[in-house]
Amino acid sequence: SREGQLYLSLDEMRTIQAHFRTLSREPTDVELETVAQTWSEHCSHKTLAGRVRYRDERGERTFQNMLKETIFAATVEVRRQLGADDWCVSVFKDNAGVVRFLDDQHVVFKVETHNHPSALEPYGGANTGVGGVIRDPLGTGLGAKPICNTDVFCFAPPDTHAADVPAGALHPKRVMKGVVSGVRDYGNRMGIPTVNGAVYFDPRYLGNPLVYCGNVGLLPVDKVEKHAQAGDYIVAVGGRTGRDGIHGATFSSAELTSESESISGGAVQIGNAITEKMLLDVILVARDRGLYSAITDCGAGGFSSAVGEMGAEIGAEVWLDRVPLKYEGLSYCEIWISEAQERMILAVPPANWEAFSKLCAAEDVEATVIGRYVATGRLKLLYKDQPVADLAMEFLHDGRPPVVREATYTPPAETAFAASPVRDYTAELLAILGAWNVASKEWIIRQYDHEVQGASVVKPLVGAANDGPSDAAVLRPVLSSRRGIVVSCGMNPRYADFDTYHMAASAIDEAVRNCVAVGADPRRIAILDNFCWGDCQKPDTLGSLVRAALACHDLAIALGTPFISGKDSLNNEFRYPTTAAASGESGSQSIAIPSSLLISALGQIDDVSRAVTMDLKEAGNRLYQVGVTKDELGGSHFALVTGTAGGHVPRVDAAAARKTFTAMHHAIDAGLVRACHDLSEGGLAAAVAEMAFAGELGAKITLDSVPHDMAGGANDAVLLFSESNSRFLCEVRPDKAAAFEAALAGVPHARLGEVTDERRLEIRGLAATGGRVVIAADLQPLKDAWQQPFRW
Amino acid sequence: MAQPRALILRAPGTNCDVETAHAFERAGGAATTLHVNRTLENPRLLDEFQILCIPGGFSYGDDVAAGRIFGNQIRHHLGEQLRNFRERGNLVLGICNGFQVLLRSGILFEDMGTHDDPPATLVWNDSGKFEDRWVQLLSAAGPCVFFQGITSMYLPVAHAEGKFVVRDEQVLRQLEARGQIVLRYAAQNGSTQPTEDYPANPNGSTAGIAGVCDVTGRVCGFMPHPERHVDRTQHPRWTRGEGSDEGDGLRVFRNAVEYFR
Repeated sequence: SREGQLYLSLDEMRTIQAHFRTLSREPTDVELETVAQTWSEHCSHKTLAGRVRYRDERGERTFQNMLKETIFAATVEVRRQLGADDWCVSVFKDNAGVVRFLDDQHVVFKVETHNHPSALEPYGGANTGVGGVIRDPLGTGLGAKPICNTDVFCFAPPDTHAADVPAGALHPKRVMKGVVSGVRDYGNRMGIPTVNGAVYFDPRYLGNPLVYCGNVGLLPVDKVEKHAQAGDYIVAVGGRTGRDGIHGATFSSAELTSESESISGGAVQIGNAITEKMLLDVILVARDRGLYSAITDCGAGGFSSAVGEMGAEIGAEVWLDRVPLKYEGLSYCEIWISEAQERMILAVPPANWEAFSKLCAAEDVEATVIGRYVATGRLKLLYKDQPVADLAMEFLHDGRPPVVREATYTPPAETAFAASPVRDYTAELLAILGAWNVASKEWIIRQYDHEVQGASVVKPLVGAANDGPSDAAVLRPVLSSRRGIVVSCGMNPRYADFDTYHMAASAIDEAVRNCVAVGADPRRIAILDNFCWGDCQKPDTLGSLVRAALACHDLAIALGTPFISGKDSLNNEFRYPTTAAASGESGSQSIAIPSSLLISALGQIDDVSRAVTMDLKEAGNRLYQVGVTKDELGGSHFALVTGTAGGHVPRVDAAAARKTFTAMHHAIDAGLVRACHDLSEGGLAAAVAEMAFAGELGAKITLDSVPHDMAGGANDAVLLFSESNSRFLCEVRPDKAAAFEAALAGVPHARLGEVTDERRLEIRGLAATGGRVVIAADLQPLKDAWQQPFRW
Repeated sequence: MAQPRALILRAPGTNCDVETAHAFERAGGAATTLHVNRTLENPRLLDEFQILCIPGGFSYGDDVAAGRIFGNQIRHHLGEQLRNFRERGNLVLGICNGFQVLLRSGILFEDMGTHDDPPATLVWNDSGKFEDRWVQLLSAAGPCVFFQGITSMYLPVAHAEGKFVVRDEQVLRQLEARGQIVLRYAAQNGSTQPTEDYPANPNGSTAGIAGVCDVTGRVCGFMPHPERHVDRTQHPRWTRGEGSDEGDGLRVFRNAVEYFR
């Protein structure tokens, strides 16, 4: 199975054997391929949707379907609580999640990963990652119009020493440059603005980078339902089929090794953005003319997946020799499972075929009838009139033996945070601003067209010099309307080393507070989960994932933010040969990525002219911290730059968080806030520094009034750098101060200081420890420290 | 006369057609978007319009060179119709990729060189990469219909091949003498000096040239995107109180529409 790159488990192979015994025949090659693809981790998510026995310090719990009982269950509960006001339309069903937006338009959102291909071929992998996720909204309902992209990457540090890069892995800087170029060239050519993103660095992403690609689309409210009918033609539209992308779906179920490139190089697809743009243009016209009854994308598994899924309830007959090819010589197997890009599968009623094919021809888009949906309940493949496969849809889609997995989690013991106080923290702040995760990503952002389609309201870079770090993007996708969408994300793999529950809770809090910080209504924020984990056959690895899923369940309900879509990518490990210098014995070593949960948020804002940005606006305004600072330096960037271990990882007080987000929104919506920035990596110190240099205005604050919960007494380091959740720093005009404080009644908040017109940041420490100035720096050096790392 | 009609001509890879049509409509025009194949099949379609606009994007993937294939299509199959269109007193506008297309089509500088020896062209940015950034612009309308009454604008550029270069000094002097250089990158806000310095000049264009027109002033092309600044909230610093309710870019479309009133 591994040799054939099918990556079926022994149990699955036995099931297939048994099934064909009852038919008293052998499976054909293409039947095996079809089953392998349909049952692959990538396509069936058998681990997370499977049976799991989970044990942690609180006891044991058995899931019949882990995802269904955690993340899906939370959405069901949130929708129940919303009752008549439920604004979810279609969740975890179609290619993307669908929620209400305008009277005549829904908004859809999907985030995918394209990790393994990007590890082998960064440019091509990321390029087709974007192309692939764009086809998800396009294949949602009867086709949504893509309006923006979001892209999040995880790499090893760009300054990794070449000698430390194992055989078979590419240098992280080369991977990063390739990935950014791949995303740039596909998104820009498609005319879809890339408006949001983030990049995280950790040595454990060496050899196994992560590339998350997301796309938001607009779907007319009357185009949500789709039903292929028996008798409909199966029509392939767009790019031709070639040998690229063979075994992509099954390959993603395998661990990456130093040989992956030679074995699975052919699994990486080759993209052509213009072909997909032409496809998009034609499909939106055909959609509005009602020429087809169903549509889905050809993603992982190619035709095998697309035709199989669309015809699952009906039955299908496919004539593989009719498929247009890039070049001759493909076997019918390769035709069936190729993941060649820019292809969609449509169900076209014979009566509409002429009109549809005319429309495609008029725009030079190739459309070919490759089969027909037939009410047989079977998947029948023919090649030059010879039957090469005949499978029962039921066996294909429900025949897979349940995966039963063990999962255990033991939270690491908490240790004290052992950093001794210093007199001045300016150096630490400079180091944090210059840390890879925090530093300006302008080098990337400017290469993306983030304004095409003309919807841009809050750009990724804001402030007096258009170069400050925005918390989220705001778009006005329907140019005749004032209503906007807000796109943001939250992620912090560093926290996963402490407790994946709090890591997940923090990621959700961060995604939501980024949305709220620019003006999104917390009652209308949908979220997506993307789990990238190591080998989940290891009970403790799966355990850490289940624990994160439990946090997703709890937080989604507590914040009233439903999950509408999600995806997982497991087996993110890189194995490479090692030779023990002493003995000369050669063995192998495996690097597992940090548990990486990306939470993407899709918010909404009634009137985009109420949006706020994070840059300071006018000298003389007041600065308020909203939310409580706790002794939570575990996994913080202060810990990173000072090389300090231990400490408490940030937790989320969900009830307080919801109250805070609601009050913040009222204040912003009432026009009481001139600038707002969320507190995250680097805590209060990094946030106030960024707001100051983005606005080219100084700030003078004192730590004495910072709201905190430290009974034993706080200290400067914690108040400056703790990364406690659910906090904001706000700039408020003196004449609006009373109204602002009233809006935040019942939510911890305090005035820390003022905006000044001298271009300098000054932070005074606690009076209890002398009340001396603990951070003092001119804005330019702060900004330089932040911009220098990616001046490429 | 009736509402002036603008034809937004799209090709495979065109991607600014929707917001460009919206800008013409905000300016009071009526916009229709058609695939170039339609006009190749039936060139008479042009007769129904007063304004022809080739919007931004990556026509045919910018294979060979930005705008080359679309430009050649026009030169070989629509050149005659386009000249007649202009002679009838109509307007032709090329934005970003559309400017690249017009330049390759040869219609901008007909009397100054041949296709094989063009007086000017657009090449890769000095930065060597695609960049999206806002630029301060100086305008000197001269004969150009689109920039009448406009002296400065703040607009975004988003391109990889926008560096305007001329064959020789002679060409530059001629363009200046005839007032065909209608748009230049300014050193900074308030400055009346064009610049060749990055990033104020985002691509290294000679003499800071961002846009030009033909001798009639009715055919014009430039790199910046006016259709991306027709509303206050598109200005990158609108939350700082900058910009006007009507973005700077709208004036270009209004000039085109008003020209027929």
